[in-house]
Amino acid sequence: MAEFLIKNGFVFDPVLGIKGDKADIAIKDGKIVETTALSSPKIIDASGKTVMAGGVDVHAHVAGPKVNIGRNFRPEDKLFTYKPGHGIERMQGGFSVPTTLRTGYNYARMGYTTVMEAAMPPLYARHTHEEMRDTPILDQGAYPVFGNNWFVLEYLKNHEIENTAAYIAWLLRATKGYAVKVVNPGGTEAWGWGLNCDNVHDPVPYFDITPAQIVKGLIEANEYLGLPHSMHVHANNLGNPGNYTTTLDTFKLSEGIKPNSKFGRDQVMHHTHVQFHSYGGDSWANVESRAKDIMAYVNSHDNLTIDMGQVTLDETTTMTADGPFEHHLTELNHLKWANADVELETGSGVVPYVYSPNIKVCAIQWCIGLELALLAKDPMRVFMTTDHPNAGPFIRYPRIMKWLMSEEARKQQFDAFKHKDKVIEATNLAGIDRELDLYEIAQMTRAGPAKSLGLSHMYGGLAPGLEGDVAVFDFNPNEPYAPDAIETAFSNAECLFKAGVQVIDDHEIVSNGNKRTLWVNTKVNENPQVMRDVKEKFLRYYTVTLNNYEVSGHYLPNPYVIEVDATQ
Amino acid sequence: MTKTVTDVICPFCGTLCDDLEVVVSDDNKQLLEVYNACAIGAEKFLHSQAKDRITRPRMRQEDGSWKEISYDEAIEYTAKMLADAKKPLMYGWSSTNCEAQSVGSEIGEAVGAVMDNTATVCHGTSLIAVQDIGIPSCTLGEVKNRADRILFWGCNPAHAHPRHMSRYSIFPRGFFTGKGHASRKVIVVDPRPTDTASIADVHLQIEQGRDYELLDALRVAFKGEKLPDVVAGIPKAKIYEVAETLKSGRFAIIFFGMGVTQSIGKNHNIDAAIAVTRDLNEYTKAAIMPMRGHYNVTGSGQVWGWLFGFPYAVDLSRGFARYNPGETTSNDLLRRDEVDAVFVLGSDPGAHFPFSSVKKIYDLPSVAIDPHETPTTEVCKVHVPVAFVGVEIGGCAYRMDNVPIETRKVVDAPEGMMTDEEFLTHVLARVKELKGV
Repeated sequence: MAEFLIKNGFVFDPVLGIKGDKADIAIKDGKIVETTALSSPKIIDASGKTVMAGGVDVHAHVAGPKVNIGRNFRPEDKLFTYKPGHGIERMQGGFSVPTTLRTGYNYARMGYTTVMEAAMPPLYARHTHEEMRDTPILDQGAYPVFGNNWFVLEYLKNHEIENTAAYIAWLLRATKGYAVKVVNPGGTEAWGWGLNCDNVHDPVPYFDITPAQIVKGLIEANEYLGLPHSMHVHANNLGNPGNYTTTLDTFKLSEGIKPNSKFGRDQVMHHTHVQFHSYGGDSWANVESRAKDIMAYVNSHDNLTIDMGQVTLDETTTMTADGPFEHHLTELNHLKWANADVELETGSGVVPYVYSPNIKVCAIQWCIGLELALLAKDPMRVFMTTDHPNAGPFIRYPRIMKWLMSEEARKQQFDAFKHKDKVIEATNLAGIDRELDLYEIAQMTRAGPAKSLGLSHMYGGLAPGLEGDVAVFDFNPNEPYAPDAIETAFSNAECLFKAGVQVIDDHEIVSNGNKRTLWVNTKVNENPQVMRDVKEKFLRYYTVTLNNYEVSGHYLPNPYVIEVDATQ
Repeated sequence: MTKTVTDVICPFCGTLCDDLEVVVSDDNKQLLEVYNACAIGAEKFLHSQAKDRITRPRMRQEDGSWKEISYDEAIEYTAKMLADAKKPLMYGWSSTNCEAQSVGSEIGEAVGAVMDNTATVCHGTSLIAVQDIGIPSCTLGEVKNRADRILFWGCNPAHAHPRHMSRYSIFPRGFFTGKGHASRKVIVVDPRPTDTASIADVHLQIEQGRDYELLDALRVAFKGEKLPDVVAGIPKAKIYEVAETLKSGRFAIIFFGMGVTQSIGKNHNIDAAIAVTRDLNEYTKAAIMPMRGHYNVTGSGQVWGWLFGFPYAVDLSRGFARYNPGETTSNDLLRRDEVDAVFVLGSDPGAHFPFSSVKKIYDLPSVAIDPHETPTTEVCKVHVPVAFVGVEIGGCAYRMDNVPIETRKVVDAPEGMMTDEEFLTHVLARVKELKGV
């Protein structure tokens, strides 16, 4: 394979601890190596430019059934956004829910090389894998959802951790999944009857288990198995004024549990898109930021990581396995509503949404997301996301960088709000003058998420031995710059290497890379009870047979299997 | 000796039953028996064994007779026809697997084709309605396990989706529906006394073409507002009664078919039906589902969704995808002479399109890829027989509730026959050569 030497760039790498010093980065045989290991490399002159590892997205909805509902039921999302094929790029369209090809290309343009699909309904795993297969360049994995699964509800009602763990191992293998995802625990099952679970103690109809039992039980089962990633939760009561107490109650369920994983992570819970879970007040009239309370908890508890779910003030398409929430949202904005409940497993909904800077609540949401990041003491535990496309499309990450790195940019946005004074009153952001630097951004977008995913041995840094995922941006951090220059430069990488293959050269996409799909294969002790339960449920309640359920190998043309042994 | 293959998926209708058992000879050459399938499904499997099956491509001669040609010649003709055309129509895609749909899409992109599937004369109107108002839906297992109010509107599963009622909607005993049929109320709306209507608790024998009125009347009745004495031929007392039945259920599901999608009102009927479902969610839980016909028409909409962003009527001729039903739909294009070549795979427009459209296909350079002899193959210049997907080759298919299931190969295709995907892969390679891309 080709050798590359990226010379004289300003390097930001939390893994090596390099904070913008000039350094040379060497790539050989797909990996980062010592510069002395190269014989005749292609030289990339990065002088005056920024060099980072490839970005890692811990939570985005980019592939699978609800994403495709979003594409197919929103022709308007393609209006004015279509681009014909060019060079090796095929035609591509869509803004908030881009086609799979555009998803791959646009992440690459931002210097991202690894993206995790945040919610895979197990019965639709094939669909998710088909879309990931057709998403070029990126390494991807998908999180099957467990929080409303009948097996899990029945086992955890009696606190049967070992059975839950055996079932998780089985389902990860059957669906070729990566991690344990939980969305509105119990609430989506309740939505099967048009109901919801509003807080962690609200019992699930019929199953008679509380969300708290589900979350705690799944954390314990996750640690029993020692999976690479922790349990990844979207708590109950998303998007409602006053919901920060539910969020804190959910956080507290992780207390006293220590990580048991050989993959180097320190957390036992990842709570996603916390912006949507940090609201005070008791109505939309008096909703306010509770980011301070939330971050006080996060900053003082090491076994927790979060991501932002930053509102980007765009027209977008919301989609979540939180079925009752999407119904609530369509009642609120009266836009079209798709719902897709999935037998024995989960549900989902899709509703378009316009985050307008003229609406007070949207502006407050914008502030809350930024507050979470700016109040973070440890950027290795707070990650940049938009919960794509829920709070905004992922192509806005460079804009979020601008807001995080420049108080001036935030001021400009405040001035553009129709209800500026009311927004300032309901939030803390105007009083925060912190400006993140590129090192902290690299923690939030590279090293942090890679570590949280249990993938710090592959991604997130530039240490020799890691994957050859490197981005070069046309940005000189040592010269004065306007805030907008950040957005421009980080939207359009000058060079990108993915597993040692040059994917972008001089801002042009020149290769579709060597896309891999990551999944976790967990060895557990034989568990006849769980296998009997699986057979029974398929025989009686599923509408596909057990033998037609497992996703076979050809859906993953280039798999990367992470082996876990939980038999000890 | 023989062997039995279990968990076989039936490649006929959108019900996509996956519990068939097929007996084949030990050498995988002969398919002998089919169990668990409905009459139509069984026939599809057994038909692959027909002794008079066409196994090699053929080209129409000037005198109207067929001449056998090689696959290579068929590939060359197809690739050249598509590459030379300014705006070819690539139609069908509903009776094949997603793998073939994916390769076909790449060909369409390379030659600037219009990609359209059978939804164009079927549930395309439903897809438009979904773009207007959304769709609260669910998987068929939710129906089996929870639904106690079943409404069939303008569809007749007893004949079109024969195992639907026993597997999913009326008879099965699910988790919360342990009494099966006895735990459900079945309502059928149909102008005809169909076999499905005969087992319903309530049959609303609606006046033909009055679906929109009756749907709207239901919405009025949910709110307890006043109705005229008779709407769409149904007395108001009956409408109030049905509205109450639906509202009082724990989980209501509406299944609808061509009786509403292609009768007067078209997509507006479906708008109203979905609005009924939305309204019902104010009182209880409700979902709605189109009864998709071909076993993988749903899949072609999904594949084009993630590749292009639109479920049907995708015009790639300008180098980017456009979608404008009425303009970019097959019949409109054919009848306005806007396409200059026709490629058909996995459908039979010869049997289902208006005669005026079929005549246009006859007049144009045309290729039909189909395991069977059909009215379409009769009007095309080249017929390429291929292996049966779901019988002689596996691959992904999407059920009417969008659940993807991998179909199975149970028997070998006759010696030397290509699959859809293989044929298309060769055409794609040749098209790329011709186009210099």
